[in-house]
Amino acid sequence: MEITLTHYLILSTLLFAIGLIGVMRRTNLLMLFFATEILLNAVNIGFAAISRYYGDLTGQMFAFFVIAIAASEVAVGLGLLIVWFKRSGGIDLTTMTSMKG
Amino acid sequence: MFETIAFYLFAFLTVAMFSITVFTRQALYALTALAAGMIFISAFYFLLGADFLGAVQIIVYTGAVMALYAFGMMFFDTTRYVNEHGRSPLIVFLLSGMAALLVVVIFAAPIASENIVANYPVQEGVGNSQAVGMVLFTKYLVPFEVAAVMLLVAMIAGIVLAGKKMDRSLTLMEEEEIELAKQSQEKAV
Repeated sequence: MEITLTHYLILSTLLFAIGLIGVMRRTNLLMLFFATEILLNAVNIGFAAISRYYGDLTGQMFAFFVIAIAASEVAVGLGLLIVWFKRSGGIDLTTMTSMKG
Repeated sequence: MFETIAFYLFAFLTVAMFSITVFTRQALYALTALAAGMIFISAFYFLLGADFLGAVQIIVYTGAVMALYAFGMMFFDTTRYVNEHGRSPLIVFLLSGMAALLVVVIFAAPIASENIVANYPVQEGVGNSQAVGMVLFTKYLVPFEVAAVMLLVAMIAGIVLAGKKMDRSLTLMEEEEIELAKQSQEKAV
């Protein structure tokens, strides 16, 4: 049995769904960051698979830029998280309701 | 045959690892499972012939991003269980709807994209790293430079945000000193 593009796309969808479940059920901000990493990686698998099966390098280029964006997101996000933790002593989303109208 | 076995093995391992990341209540388990999942994902890149992307995945994700998370977790209380309350049903409803829409789009995409031609076709007799380098430094030079500037901005932002009051060590201070520092901080706020 040959592995086709559909196999990879289904795997990518599955991982993306796992990431979405994580975004839905997590309220701890660090765990929420982990879930977003899963989302980005799922998309990267799809890009690499399409790049292979259409013989096109554009997909891999997009995957590189996604990795670069993920790295900078982690740097800024963790910096903000550390500042918030020093201020309030917790990183739970439910405590961050100061902007409630 | 080998490719099929490898695909299903790594697919199972990746899904298992990411499920642990999403469902566990221990922050350290989540971190280690996520790091393992990242390495397993690089196996897919090697299977797909994207060798350079696989190497970058291991170096950047498991090397840099996971190390940064481990460093960040030293600031937070990770030995306790992560206590979480339920989210509002509206968010769950919206995200589930988006996931369902995504599945429909993914299964409909091959129908709509039958006559796609490669923009930058893979050349014969050139290794993957070489081909990536040629495309990245000709067609994608400007986005590459913009990404470099973005990484520099992120690095400076990370240093500025996390480096505040790094001269005071909370672990070496006595309890009374910490209380005093907290009170003076509250007064300042």
